[in-house]
Amino acid sequence: MLSSPFVRQPASVQQVMLTVLLALLPAVALYVWQFGPGIVLNLAIASASAVAAEAAVLRLRKRPVGLYVTDLSAVVTAWLIALTFPPTLAAWVLILAVVLAIVAVKHLYGGLGQNPFNPAMAAYCLMIVAYPSAMSQWPAAGWIDLGTHLQLIGGASLDAITGATPLDALRTGLRGDAPVETILAGKAFGALGGAGWEWIGLGYLAGGAFLLWRRVITWHLPAAFLGGLVVISGVFWLADSARFASPLFHLASGGTLLAAFFIVTDPVSGATTPRGKLIFAAGIALITYMIRNFGAYPDGIAFAVLLMNLCVPLIDMKTQPPVFGHKGR
Amino acid sequence: MIAGLFTFNGGVKPDTHKNESAHAPIRPAPIPPRLFVPLRLSARATTRCIVEAGQQVRKGQPIGVPDDPLSTTVHAPTSGTVLGIELHTMAHPSGLKTRCVIIEPDGEDRWIEHPGFDAEHASREATLAWLRDCGVVGLGGATFPSHIKASAAGRIDTLILNGAECEPWITCDDRLMRERAGNILAGAQRLRRLIGASRILIGVEDNKPEAIAALTEAAAGDTAVRVQAVPALYPAGGEKQLIRVLTGIEIPAGKLGGDYGVQCFNVGTAYAVHRAIEHGEPLLSRVVTVTGNVAQPGNYEVLIGTPVDFLLELAAPKTDTQRVLMGGPMMGFALPALDVPVVKASNCLIACSPTLFPPPPPEMNCIRCGACAQACPADLQPFELYWFSRAKNFGKAQEYHLFDCIECGCCAYVCPSHIPLVDYYRFAKSEIWAREREKSAADAARDRFEFRNERQEREKREKAEKLAAKAAATKAKLAEKAAADGTEKTDAPASDDPKRALIAAALERAKQQKTQVEAKNTDALTPAQKAQIAAAEARRAAADTPPAGPDETENP
Repeated sequence: MLSSPFVRQPASVQQVMLTVLLALLPAVALYVWQFGPGIVLNLAIASASAVAAEAAVLRLRKRPVGLYVTDLSAVVTAWLIALTFPPTLAAWVLILAVVLAIVAVKHLYGGLGQNPFNPAMAAYCLMIVAYPSAMSQWPAAGWIDLGTHLQLIGGASLDAITGATPLDALRTGLRGDAPVETILAGKAFGALGGAGWEWIGLGYLAGGAFLLWRRVITWHLPAAFLGGLVVISGVFWLADSARFASPLFHLASGGTLLAAFFIVTDPVSGATTPRGKLIFAAGIALITYMIRNFGAYPDGIAFAVLLMNLCVPLIDMKTQPPVFGHKGR
Repeated sequence: MIAGLFTFNGGVKPDTHKNESAHAPIRPAPIPPRLFVPLRLSARATTRCIVEAGQQVRKGQPIGVPDDPLSTTVHAPTSGTVLGIELHTMAHPSGLKTRCVIIEPDGEDRWIEHPGFDAEHASREATLAWLRDCGVVGLGGATFPSHIKASAAGRIDTLILNGAECEPWITCDDRLMRERAGNILAGAQRLRRLIGASRILIGVEDNKPEAIAALTEAAAGDTAVRVQAVPALYPAGGEKQLIRVLTGIEIPAGKLGGDYGVQCFNVGTAYAVHRAIEHGEPLLSRVVTVTGNVAQPGNYEVLIGTPVDFLLELAAPKTDTQRVLMGGPMMGFALPALDVPVVKASNCLIACSPTLFPPPPPEMNCIRCGACAQACPADLQPFELYWFSRAKNFGKAQEYHLFDCIECGCCAYVCPSHIPLVDYYRFAKSEIWAREREKSAADAARDRFEFRNERQEREKREKAEKLAAKAAATKAKLAEKAAADGTEKTDAPASDDPKRALIAAALERAKQQKTQVEAKNTDALTPAQKAQIAAAEARRAAADTPPAGPDETENP
């Protein structure tokens, strides 16, 4: 069937995904600078497992393998998993997470564009529930050479290198009734958030700006997520600054900036209308803050995203923008 | 930013490809060896043929007269012989055939007498009728009769001339505006007076500076006319989009510009109005851009009914031409055959080669990126409509305003998954229409069925009532007879049985009453008539006597 329009913009899913991967590069570079080249190896391992899993499922589903493997969506999922997981995690956990994300979260629901949940975040939740201690061991600031990294991802546990994340340390400290100031003076913390990690956060910020400029994402999601997080953490911080960390700490810690531009902006599992995007992202911010402060897990973004993914059909339905010629009715 | 302009959301900026043909002045296309003039103007607008095979016709001679309020007169585009009235494939994506008058031109192009039209002294109604008789319809593509649009006078203060020509490749309006700006304005003034508007706004996309300059020069000194450059953003030439950009008015769904004080005409239509009123000439030709994969792209003034292949040859199509589009690449359609005639809606022919118009890449899944929603000039959520259409959830699709989609193609143009979105909407719309037709057909059938049942019931009832009445009458007659017999035969016992005597007395009274009533009828009769009746009664009595028997045996 050949019908209008007969012309098309040279755009493709592959191009969109490639833009996202490019936008992640500044953060990856800073990651290497802060923690050594290990992350590049992790990205490669994750990408390879994702592509292999994707190809295998596509073949089983009798879908065009070449067409969908080259769309790079699996690679984006793989990179997001590698970047949100502790870099020193045993490689098999990372591979398991990627394969679950591609096979169970993406393809069991119908593949590209059909998954109701964010694959990377669903994988994160599965792993942190299944392997809570391994998923909570993050390297302290400092260069890790490739040899040590290989040992670590081979399954070795080197307590001298890994430790709790800043968010975890903050929570543990607060449970011991230490004031925020004392805890933040610890070696895990940098000027704003976690030592080393705050630099990588700037990389995500730059990548996010690139995505906005390339019109891959709109301002609504990052603005509502970051704004929501600032507002809620600001309220608690103003109420009791001895027990609650500042909004700036929350912005710079954990996966906040990565999530703002690369996770909550996933179009497939997120809200799509302008108002819906604001509600969706603000909801994630609220739940994230609650889990960070009052929950059992160090960072709540993954759970918050999944919870809000569940609300997307309702949010989209209730926030349909007015149609031309139907305004003011 | 141009002062006083508004915007619509969405829109796309495809490569304009205007340069290929924009430099080529309008040239008259030669008269083809055969003309195929369709008698049907649109799905609803039909005409009645008033010529027959073998007849000589002159240029401008009516050959089809309107038999529908939405149709306009059809004329012979040149002089020649009518070869026949036959079915011929139309310039329509369906490839359906319609009745066409086939004319073999004699090459002399002799006009019928056309003394012109005295517009200054003609009434408004006469002018509108003249436009209909001249076959003037909207040349922007919809071919809506101009006399109907121009009759919507009253509350209209702004006449908008649409010279946006936002589709890629097409330059026919551009050339017309450059070369005949004065005539376009003259026609626009006629239309302005007809609809009683006070001002004329001419919207032209800012990628046509020469056209804007020509119109501005032609309108110099007239404060009621404003030539307005509008940003080149497809589909700025959509009627509701252009009205929105020029006036800020967003015409609500289901309403027309006329309801909001604006009426919109294409520049080519204004030119046709000028020819009809100032020169008395019916609409026999239009400007068509022939471009694309051709050696000499150009703009031609083409007689209606000219076969597309004849016209295409003038521009020398290259050998790798695969197919030909009519209209622009965003909303046009691939011609089902090349012998179809040029009609009043045909603004452009584009020869397509695989290099110019590569086949679409394979369709992938929707990733809900929202690019389509950002591009949609109707502020729809195209991916939601796609989803509902694909799932055949037509109720939901309508709830999400499927019928506000203008099929401009912006969504499919930007889609990174290369989904032919507009096809899904066309599919959903036609399915909904088909279902509605089916439903109304079913409703009609059900109504018919119910009416038939009701009628049968009623007839049955009436028959039963009739029978009952007849039976009662027969019974009474029998009883009467029996009573009469009874009084004669059982005179004695009657006095013994008081019941019997009562009945006998009642019957006697009834009989007397009956004879009295009967007698009344004969009150005013002449003796001759009375004698006649008596004779007839006697005959009837004589005839009645023998068959009285079986009646009695049936009723014991």
